[in-house]
Amino acid sequence: MQFDSNQLIPVLPEIYILSLACLVLVIDLFIKQENRIVTYGITQIGLLLAVAITVAVGQPQTQIIFDGSYIRDPMSDVLKVGIFVVSFLAFLYAKDYLRDRDLFKGEFYTLGLFAVLGMIIMVSANSFLTIYLGLELLALSMYALVAFNRDSQDGAEAAMKYFVLGALASGILLYGISMVYGMTGTIRFDELGGAIQKVGLDNVVLVFGLVFIVIGLSFKLGAVPFHMWVPDVYHGAPTAVTLFLGSAPKIAAFALAMRMLVDGMEPLVGQGGWQGWQGMLIVLAVLSMAIGNLIAIAQTNIKRMLAYSTISHVGFILLGILAGTKEGYTAAMFYTLVYALMSAGGFGIVIALSRRGFEAENLDDYKGLNQRNPWFAGMMLLLMFSMAGVPPTVGFFAKLFVLDAVVSVDLTWVALVGVFFSIIGAFYYIRIIKLMYFDKPSDESPLSMGVDTQVVLSLNGLSMLYLGLFPAGLLSICHTAIGG
Amino acid sequence: MTFEKFIFYVLAAVLIISATMVITRKNPVHAALSLILAFVASSGIWLLAEAEFLAIVLVLVYVGAVMVLFLFVLMMLDIDVATLRAGFIKMLPLGILMAIAMAAELILVVGPENFGLDKFAAPARHAADYSNTEELGGVLYTVYMYPFEIAAVILLVAIIAAIGLTMRRRPDSKYLDPANQVVVKRKDRVRMVSMDAEKG
Amino acid sequence: MEFFIGLWEALPDGLQTVIWILLKIIAIILPLMICVAYYTYAERKVIGYMQVRVGPNRVGPKGWLQPIADAVKLMFKEIIIPSNANKALFLIAPAITLGPALAAWAVFPFDEELVLADINAGLLYILALTSVGVYGVIIAGWASNSKYAFLGAMRSAAQIVAYEIAMGFALVGVLVAAGSLNLGDIVRAQSGNGGLFSWFWLPLLPLFGVYVISGVAETNRAPFDVAEGESEIVAGFHIDYSGMAFAAFFLAEYANMILIAALSAIMFMGGWLSPFQGWPILGPLFDWVPGFVWLVLKTGLFAFLFLWLRATFPRYRYDQIMRLGWKVFIPITIVWIAVVGLAVVYQLPWWFD
Repeated sequence: MQFDSNQLIPVLPEIYILSLACLVLVIDLFIKQENRIVTYGITQIGLLLAVAITVAVGQPQTQIIFDGSYIRDPMSDVLKVGIFVVSFLAFLYAKDYLRDRDLFKGEFYTLGLFAVLGMIIMVSANSFLTIYLGLELLALSMYALVAFNRDSQDGAEAAMKYFVLGALASGILLYGISMVYGMTGTIRFDELGGAIQKVGLDNVVLVFGLVFIVIGLSFKLGAVPFHMWVPDVYHGAPTAVTLFLGSAPKIAAFALAMRMLVDGMEPLVGQGGWQGWQGMLIVLAVLSMAIGNLIAIAQTNIKRMLAYSTISHVGFILLGILAGTKEGYTAAMFYTLVYALMSAGGFGIVIALSRRGFEAENLDDYKGLNQRNPWFAGMMLLLMFSMAGVPPTVGFFAKLFVLDAVVSVDLTWVALVGVFFSIIGAFYYIRIIKLMYFDKPSDESPLSMGVDTQVVLSLNGLSMLYLGLFPAGLLSICHTAIGG
Repeated sequence: MTFEKFIFYVLAAVLIISATMVITRKNPVHAALSLILAFVASSGIWLLAEAEFLAIVLVLVYVGAVMVLFLFVLMMLDIDVATLRAGFIKMLPLGILMAIAMAAELILVVGPENFGLDKFAAPARHAADYSNTEELGGVLYTVYMYPFEIAAVILLVAIIAAIGLTMRRRPDSKYLDPANQVVVKRKDRVRMVSMDAEKG
Repeated sequence: MEFFIGLWEALPDGLQTVIWILLKIIAIILPLMICVAYYTYAERKVIGYMQVRVGPNRVGPKGWLQPIADAVKLMFKEIIIPSNANKALFLIAPAITLGPALAAWAVFPFDEELVLADINAGLLYILALTSVGVYGVIIAGWASNSKYAFLGAMRSAAQIVAYEIAMGFALVGVLVAAGSLNLGDIVRAQSGNGGLFSWFWLPLLPLFGVYVISGVAETNRAPFDVAEGESEIVAGFHIDYSGMAFAAFFLAEYANMILIAALSAIMFMGGWLSPFQGWPILGPLFDWVPGFVWLVLKTGLFAFLFLWLRATFPRYRYDQIMRLGWKVFIPITIVWIAVVGLAVVYQLPWWFD
């Protein structure tokens, strides 16, 4: 096959982000600590340009290039834009925090951009090999970022746990992939479906491979019972890293599940039953929603609480996928994008409350936030309502769409479980609101944050309301992206 | 039994024994050396499977470089194996159970009924001048170019992460730069003081 | 004679093959060992003359029997095993050092047709084996249970890993230029009408330099002999070895030096090719010289270079060795590989067209 340079056009976002990361890496070497803001600026402008490039190369048709390693379809375009935007938010919120803690280093942005690269590679992977490599690129950058504050014992411990469990999950995933490859003889997602049908759906090797893949996947997603690392890593990592870790990679994790299970192994989905991966996802989703929401209630540290809340949200995302219909995928995608925004905003507030030498990690630190800064208390209110799924915020619609999709495939009981646990979950979100509005502040000092953070955080919070009032726009984008 | 089969079984036996020794030897250096032996044995098995590039690269990279650095660190550390093994007996039943489950699963899945010669015919032997290095290079830089490049980026990230996490100036470090010691001038160390001669 | 032929034919086929292979191996190892013995002699003589003294001249005429005398002496010495040494590893280490040094010769082409195993990944095979050799040093240093020996082992491990990368990259340049991993094909790729100017040393000059210098470092020779470092860590990794165990390290070091010299000749200096190939008058004039002779001469040139280096250079400081390996050689080789790659793609004339 002759190499055609037109082939490179769909890959432009990846090529661009790689160049950007290398540029930041090199430029940062020649920048003094006082001017570190330049590194930050290049990264942020670069991410915004990446959005433009992704939109520019985007088109309705699906393109598969590099001999089936790479796919560019509307879903990948939308998810890439989502990843760029959420990473932009995360870097923006993190800036002041990092500067206050002498962590304002070029490596944060280099590793962050490489993590972004890993995510977008996963998003447009069309073979097990590509998706695995993208996953490793993301994970490796994240391990280093979690350990970024080297003087912190918690950080080192969290990084170690993350690394060991991440490596185990990768091993399990690879083992499953090797079995599926052994049976079907292909690693390309667009060929896998046909190959699976040829082998037969009840082939024991295939089923074993699938089990391992789903286990590896749920480790990466942080679904119960493979969630043990999530709270420790969220808690131990510097809040700036937790913010990044808890937002954009969720979009990539959704893509991981979609590409492997839906693009690759669509024939293995049962029709409203327990066959194929559907049954496994039901177990994972129900357990995640239950354990995540229940344990979150007992947390006093907001980072741990948000970690358990992540687990429960992952349950909801899985709920959408397991429906196995276009509506389900659309709902799951909607949920993922919304969750990434909510999570970035939520951690953004946590970071905004922290100052030099003080981490606003405990729930008690939120007491009386309304008296200290009513506007951002309001933003937090919106974010928490959205996480809890209270109308008219967007979180409500996200949950509604997912539940609707599940009900429409006759899995009403699963939907009921979902509703039940989100009501339980609402308790701990609303507890924060109660602390903010009805308790006396223990700390009267005003919030200090830059104008940029204030503006963007406000936009982030208001977007919860805006998307809640007008969810149709985002929903139709997701709908087109899934191709329903 | 053909000669080739005989060699296969010898290598397989060496591989299994050395792999077992990796986890049973008390001395970490012995364990690492057993691991090296396991690498060499598996490289031999790959050679039998006509994968000479992989076989040689396994020796070159893992035996020749990775394990050297491994040993380098292991020899300098004084690892107390006793504390590491503290939970060994307590966890043994669970471990054995897991091992049996994994082994049963392997036998069930990767057995001859799924991957036997009747399912997958043995590949034809290649001529003596067939270079599998060339073949590998051929697909690596064409069909698998994209994953190959990503793998390169992963290595770059590994370098950045390793340097980023380890390189720092520690205040308690007593590091001396020999180059600075060498270029030191007399005036840096000796101060000439002119004093009047003592009287009386 | 009839009897021996009859005896030979009575043997089963498999056994015949095995005997043949063994005989071929002996035919390589035996001359090699003699070369090693006389290389040590040459070293003492050459360095002697460079330092304006005579060198060994007592045993046999002009001291020619000196290596034999040394060998006999070492054979009869007791091998002392330190009391707290790890006995098995202590004894296995010299064998691990010597084994790869000899095994690497299996793929070495002595002439157009003269090679024991003509495998198509010969270059990789040699790289792999030279990298295994370091284990002898590390294990010896660790098993001796001595601080000096251990320091020597650590230094050696770090140094060999550092220089192996540079060396490997230099060889990548060669294989890109030659388009093959087979040592014979690499030599054949260097044949051209320019005689010695067609060889790879000219287009790959930086790689050539890096390769030779890394070769010196890989074999732990002066000025990179910090693993032994008599003046700092007494004798480094083999401080506790005596008798034949010590001799094995000694043999391995010299066998490795000859190997590196011979490989330099193969990779960069046209192997068995005549330096006057294709030249108007000199070319036909030297046609009768067998290729093997050219190879020996070229190898001898490099072997002499190693002795010369040892006689004239002071020992490198350890941190400078590391700097040279990581920060100088590796970038040079990477840049030049890119240059060679471009030259090959665009078929730069004289060498790559």
